[in-house]
Amino acid sequence: MKINCSIFGKYAEVVGTGSLVLELKDNSDVGGALEKLRKILPNGELIPRTTMVAVNQSHALSTQRLKDGDELALLPPLAGG
Amino acid sequence: MPETIVYGPIDVEGLIAEVGGDTMGASTVFLGTVRRSEDDGPIVAIDYTAYEDMARTELEKIIAEASDRWPLGRFAAQHRLGRIELGGASIAIAAATPHRDESFEACRFIIEQVKVRLPIWKKEFFEDGSASWRENEPGDNAD
Repeated sequence: MKINCSIFGKYAEVVGTGSLVLELKDNSDVGGALEKLRKILPNGELIPRTTMVAVNQSHALSTQRLKDGDELALLPPLAGG
Repeated sequence: MPETIVYGPIDVEGLIAEVGGDTMGASTVFLGTVRRSEDDGPIVAIDYTAYEDMARTELEKIIAEASDRWPLGRFAAQHRLGRIELGGASIAIAAATPHRDESFEACRFIIEQVKVRLPIWKKEFFEDGSASWRENEPGDNAD
């Protein structure tokens, strides 16, 4: 399956991109997707395993299952307000 | 309803008008502004970026949650993105309720939720031309 990944803020600066399509095995979860991103992206290991994530624009846990076409976002520590 | 995410100056009057009503005896307005402190260094501006669709949705959810908690109240908020100079407002929240206690409480609830939930990031720019990312610290209520 394919998911659409968005990367924001300082993480986008670190890995040099703000979006990519990620190919994953069916039934992968958020944690698995994050591990793959940490491996394939330049400097990806600098993104913490515990980073905040969102799936389809809602905050999500690393155990959440993904499905084809999902939108996964990597969220650096927040700074709104 | 005023836009929750904007790129220009915040419409504080519009937010106050949105929440006003004949049954509202108290309106609290919170403004978050770009500031300078000894710890941070000589900041001249902050550039705010966001996961914009989610930020909009999440801020609307927070306002809806405030309405659930204080059903007699009316609430509105607006967050500004883009470059904001020192002293400029990055967020405004208006909370109107029949009595002042709930008005203060609700306004505080909304800004605290914003701090931990809105996917918004800020890059601080300094007098010497350097810049660095800044994040909200857990329990930080100084901003």
